[in-house]
Amino acid sequence: MEIFKKYPKLFQWLFLLIVFFALCFAIDVPETYKFIRGQAEFVKDPNQSTYVFLGKEVRYYAFDVFWRLPPLLGWLPIWINDSLFFLMNEWMPMEFWNEDTQEYKSRPIVLQISRNLTAVMTFLIELIREVLLGGLETIVAFTSWDWIDKNPWAELPGLPWTIVAAGATILSYKLSGKGLASFAFLTMVYISIFGQWKPSMQTLSFILVAAPLSFIFGLALGIAAFKSKRIEKALYPILLVMQTMPQYAVLVPALVLFGVGDHAAVIITMVVAVPPMILLTLLGLRAIPPEVIEAGRMSGCSNWQLMFKVLIPTARRDILIGVNQVIMVCFSMAVISAFIGAKGLGFNLLLALNQLNIGLALEAGLCISLIAILLDKMSLAWANKQTDYFGNLTFLQRNKNLLFFGVTVVIGILLAYIGTFLFKGTFNYLFEVPHNKGISTADFWNKGVDWIFDTFFVYIKAFNTWLITEVLQPMRALYLRMPAVATLVLVVGAGYLIGGIRSALVVCGLTLFIALSPWWDRALVTTYMATFGVIVSCIIGFSVGTLCFQNKTSAKFMLGVCDIFQTFPSFVYLIPVMMLFGITDTSVLIAVIVYATIPATRYTIEGLRSVPVGLHDAATMSGVNKFQRLTKIEFPLAFPHMMLGLNQTIVFALFMVIIGAFIGTEDLGQYILKALSDKNGAGIGLTLGICVAFIGLIFDNLIRTWVDKRKKHLGIA
Amino acid sequence: MSNAVIKCESVYKIFGSNAKQMLEASNGNVDAKTFQEKGCIVGVNNASFEVSKGEMLVVMGLSGSGKSTLLRCISRLTDATGGKIFIEGQDLLSLNNKELIELRRNKMGMVFQSFALLPHKTVVENIAFPLQIKGIKTEDSISKAMDMVKLVGLDGRENYFPRELSGGQQQRVGIARSLAVEPDIWFLDEPFSALDPLIRKEMQDEFLRLQEKLQKTIMFITHDFDEALKLADRIAIMKDGIIEQLDTPANIVLNPATEYVRKFTEEVPREKVLLIEDVMDKSTSNNLGDLKVLKDEIIENVAEKILTQEKSVAVIDKNKKIVGSINPTKIINTVFGGRKNNS
Repeated sequence: MEIFKKYPKLFQWLFLLIVFFALCFAIDVPETYKFIRGQAEFVKDPNQSTYVFLGKEVRYYAFDVFWRLPPLLGWLPIWINDSLFFLMNEWMPMEFWNEDTQEYKSRPIVLQISRNLTAVMTFLIELIREVLLGGLETIVAFTSWDWIDKNPWAELPGLPWTIVAAGATILSYKLSGKGLASFAFLTMVYISIFGQWKPSMQTLSFILVAAPLSFIFGLALGIAAFKSKRIEKALYPILLVMQTMPQYAVLVPALVLFGVGDHAAVIITMVVAVPPMILLTLLGLRAIPPEVIEAGRMSGCSNWQLMFKVLIPTARRDILIGVNQVIMVCFSMAVISAFIGAKGLGFNLLLALNQLNIGLALEAGLCISLIAILLDKMSLAWANKQTDYFGNLTFLQRNKNLLFFGVTVVIGILLAYIGTFLFKGTFNYLFEVPHNKGISTADFWNKGVDWIFDTFFVYIKAFNTWLITEVLQPMRALYLRMPAVATLVLVVGAGYLIGGIRSALVVCGLTLFIALSPWWDRALVTTYMATFGVIVSCIIGFSVGTLCFQNKTSAKFMLGVCDIFQTFPSFVYLIPVMMLFGITDTSVLIAVIVYATIPATRYTIEGLRSVPVGLHDAATMSGVNKFQRLTKIEFPLAFPHMMLGLNQTIVFALFMVIIGAFIGTEDLGQYILKALSDKNGAGIGLTLGICVAFIGLIFDNLIRTWVDKRKKHLGIA
Repeated sequence: MSNAVIKCESVYKIFGSNAKQMLEASNGNVDAKTFQEKGCIVGVNNASFEVSKGEMLVVMGLSGSGKSTLLRCISRLTDATGGKIFIEGQDLLSLNNKELIELRRNKMGMVFQSFALLPHKTVVENIAFPLQIKGIKTEDSISKAMDMVKLVGLDGRENYFPRELSGGQQQRVGIARSLAVEPDIWFLDEPFSALDPLIRKEMQDEFLRLQEKLQKTIMFITHDFDEALKLADRIAIMKDGIIEQLDTPANIVLNPATEYVRKFTEEVPREKVLLIEDVMDKSTSNNLGDLKVLKDEIIENVAEKILTQEKSVAVIDKNKKIVGSINPTKIINTVFGGRKNNS
């Protein structure tokens, strides 16, 4: 009995596990059960049961309720779909004036709003795109096609690449200094001579529209949430779900609402990019010392003055970190939006991957990575830059960067003009290197890949087979073998033991949503892949982090590496693994492991670093050796932070598993991908996205609750 | 008093969702413990006092005693739960937002413990900030702010950013900013607590010099009893939201009203705090020696002279008129005498 009293939690957990396994053994696999592949759900099968709810007919394979819950939420995707269709095509038709046909036409109001929004976005994107690349659509928008035929001079010529490159270099210099400036210069030159200029500028124009709009909305909503508790409470669950929702999944409803193309992608990008901006705005405003606010009030500020003259400037850094986040999210969306027809680098990458031209994909991927690093470093430099006093500088000193840029514009135009003589009859390389007409190393890489395959095929194949048959298949079978009721008991029990009744209820709700959706089996597969990835990532990340922490230089170096890898859009990770492992589950899992190791490593180092120096010294004076210090002092104190790392690792792993569907996995991601090409896919895609988000939120809730309690216990909250 | 600039009548500040109802129910008899059991925290409990023009009231108390809360009620950074506050006869709690902003823009200045400077503005821009908020033209506000820079002795550093200044310099900026609008009422919330001891002493002297010149009505918050003694015209000692004693420094040292106040006074070097005037005999006898001391002298400065005398010493005022006497025994009693029993 003594031991029960000493470790009550331990026995509670043991009890929970015993119940779980007992349920697993007690509930047999029904004979009729099989993992449903592909389109089976949409084929009518006489063995299926049906029910009708809200007028939607749901077909499903009925099992023992203990084994699999019936898809009571099966009507939800269909209902979302029908509602969207109704909104877009039938709800509130109104008379609208049509410019082209010069008459009034009846149209549903949502459709009209969507069309107008789309038109505005298209105009903005085209405008920036034509400044960078040239074109005539913007001029036409103000005049007419006839006018442009008569005045061909009015076509925008586009900026020579030399000027854009110089602009990026000078801006980097102003923000950070020589290092970043030379990086910017090299990146721009690389993009240009490898013939990626046009897609890069298309992607850039996408970001230049999406990022400022997301910033404005995010800032406004952040301020509103800061001002009003009620708005904050209303926004909070949405923010939470958006953070764990795979970016991929929001693309599907965008298709229905806004169609295919850059404009739809920009609008949906805002949906993804606004939440982090709101969070960081809120965080920044909250972090302002109360005395600064009081000082503002005592200076006689009105509410308006207080916000714009005191609060926002004081929170400047956090808000600019938000801008950094917005830019990075926009960039990664710009790549992924290729799935709904956005032009640019992502489109080229997707094309190359589809053709299995790894060399081309690698070039595009490298280009994407370089731009990602550049954008990240530039925006961070902006956030960290402190204002200097400039009142005592002369006009020349104050505006030297601007003047310098002016000079380069002139030189760039001159160079482009000289180019017309130099490259007569061919492309003017001093103006713009056309797509795929630059240097290309694709052949080299393709040959390299072939060589790797020829040389190592046997080993890779053997490894692949071993991994799949010995590890992955059994693990997958184990996950699918869990009866729904047992899983539910396990998750809810864990919630209760960690966070009490409140946590239990939250995770119960989240799990039930997934269990009652038609995709429980798929969710289990997603979870199994994520679990495998997370376990390996954590082992690697925790050990690498601990090792690197032993030395200050290596710790700093590793954090830098994490920073860089984190900026790459997740999609890019698929290129090298496809190159090495071909199209298998192994590739996806390796991509998951690489991607998810980043937060595991980072949080380990950060956690260990945050152990107070005083404790360190106290331990040393007590005569501990390095190993004892690590196990007795540093790990226990860093553990809560490392658990937050685990939380991030899970989210990253889930994202990658979902994107892995592109290579071909049999999980939720596969259905999301399918929904993209299905004209009734909106509801399915959205529900699937919510399912994935909920898987992430279940773990998020459990881990966070535990960490908060633990931190309070350790007194480091 | 008719010339009371700040006047508080039974001010209460109670934190908690149903504070107002509970205060009304309690009929002014607030007991912190019973309130706490019901989820309310008492910040200020029945504070009544007046501060007259040109007077410096120092509110002294340990952390959690409600001194900062009291100051925030009077500057209306938080709204008092009950009671009345008058600023120059105007009912503070009845002002609407616009009137309140007007009042702050013209009548009030406040200095903060953590300086609370705006990180994105230079020294002179920080000081000019309240002026610009009022809508004064940039050049005028900057030239006015430059005067303030000179007043607090920061000339030459006007274009520095707060991050480039030491703590003492930052607080000088804070002081200059609070004075920029030439307020009548000056609130200082532990202005020197974040500074190290040497700088603190320097700033206190500087502060006294400024007050000599400006003669503002001041409420000064501190947790440092020595600081309170050094600066105050009158001291209010607070504990658990209640003002335990409000009196002149000398009276507090000589006649502590409660056990709590006495604990503070025990360690005070009286000879450094008390003036001759505070301990002298008001009746003048004829049997006085030749030595004469000014009534405004600190005991420490004249003790040696008095103690070498055999007879009582005459105490005179500025006009050399004899206003009282003091004998050596009295000095010894005051400095070394039974502190516990307070002879």
